[in-house]
Amino acid sequence: MTVEPAATRLRHQVPLMAWLVLVWMLLWGSWSWANLLSGLLVALTVLTLLPLPHVIDGTRVRPVPLLVFLGHFVVDLFTSGAEVAWQALRPGGVDRTAIVRVQLRADSDLLLTMVAEATSLVPGSLVLDLDREHRVMTLHLLPVRDLEDVERKKAHVLVVERRLVRAFGSAADLAALDTHRGEGVPTP
Amino acid sequence: MTVVEATLYALIGGGALLALVRLARGPSLLDRVVATDTLLVIISAGLAVHAALVQDPTLLPVLVVVALLAFVGSVAVARYVGGMLLRSHTGDGRDVGLPVAAEEREASP
Amino acid sequence: MTALADVVAYACLLAGAALCLTAGLGLVRFPDVLSRMHAGTKPQVLGVLLVMVGAAIRLDGWANAWMLLLVAAFQLLTAPVSAHLVSRVAYRRRHVRRDLLLVDELGGAGHQDEAYRGDEPGDAPPERPDLRPGG
Repeated sequence: MTVEPAATRLRHQVPLMAWLVLVWMLLWGSWSWANLLSGLLVALTVLTLLPLPHVIDGTRVRPVPLLVFLGHFVVDLFTSGAEVAWQALRPGGVDRTAIVRVQLRADSDLLLTMVAEATSLVPGSLVLDLDREHRVMTLHLLPVRDLEDVERKKAHVLVVERRLVRAFGSAADLAALDTHRGEGVPTP
Repeated sequence: MTVVEATLYALIGGGALLALVRLARGPSLLDRVVATDTLLVIISAGLAVHAALVQDPTLLPVLVVVALLAFVGSVAVARYVGGMLLRSHTGDGRDVGLPVAAEEREASP
Repeated sequence: MTALADVVAYACLLAGAALCLTAGLGLVRFPDVLSRMHAGTKPQVLGVLLVMVGAAIRLDGWANAWMLLLVAAFQLLTAPVSAHLVSRVAYRRRHVRRDLLLVDELGGAGHQDEAYRGDEPGDAPPERPDLRPGG
């Protein structure tokens, strides 16, 4: 990287700064110059006192894939939410759960965090562990009917990862999706 | 519309009561953590429902504070329980030398 | 128009409240900590979102809507963090009904820490290449 250090710092800090100012303005609930200025002041103080590690290297936002991801995410939220709610209501109760490991292909802190958050938010799957080095995510699945169902849910996590990488990943991340295809979880 | 309002309060109250049952019964500390977390979220949902029914926005800042603080408690307790773990020699990631978990007692009567 | 908005708002509120009830039910009925976490934290996310949408429709005014949006965003950002911390400790402390597991791919490989000291990266044990999963 031959980029000017000040420029990289600015590139990292500006989105965070914008987010903090936005939260500040939403908390006040109205737009005014006083809110904007005090928000900038607070954001500067927070970023100076509590610096964050840089995680957004090489990421970009592509609006159309982002919308695709969000649409699928909301649909997933509803269908799996109904499924888990039915598990709580149905007469027999829960009978089968599973703990599985999924080999992810993205190799950036931010993308892995996003995949884990998205998987964790969708009902029916819970992230037990995320091995950063080997990119293996361990999941607890709640309503599983049979082995085929488990495989289907594992494949679904990879689909979610693909959508997220398309929305946020760099070119290298996108390439990694294809080279790693077909590579299974390392067997214990 | 009063029927709808009564149903709303009944549903939320029922959920909160069931979470309280788990909080009282929960065999392990973590059960209670999960129950407390859920109870807090159900209560904040109840506050939002109340604010929506009487159309009174004064409760909203309370919701913001609760949403931000809700997870601090469970994270703190989870880290406390995690700090009690010392050794893991079984090879499957679970820990030896602890009392038998309630789930394992139930599984093998 | 307002009548329609009210109907939508009440529908959202009712669905959200029903999900809160199922969260409580699941909490009581599910067999182990990990399953209870599904019940506790999951219909919650959807339930809270629905309640917030309903409330935002009822309390018209942008300031209120923004604040409710903020509540929903904080909920979505923080729920997975606490869920992950609690579930990991739950697995390590054996709060799992092993007899109900259809598949357990974690058994055998995974965390083979010699000594588990805490949750900070600095607490991790020194590198042991012979303990790598799959290696």
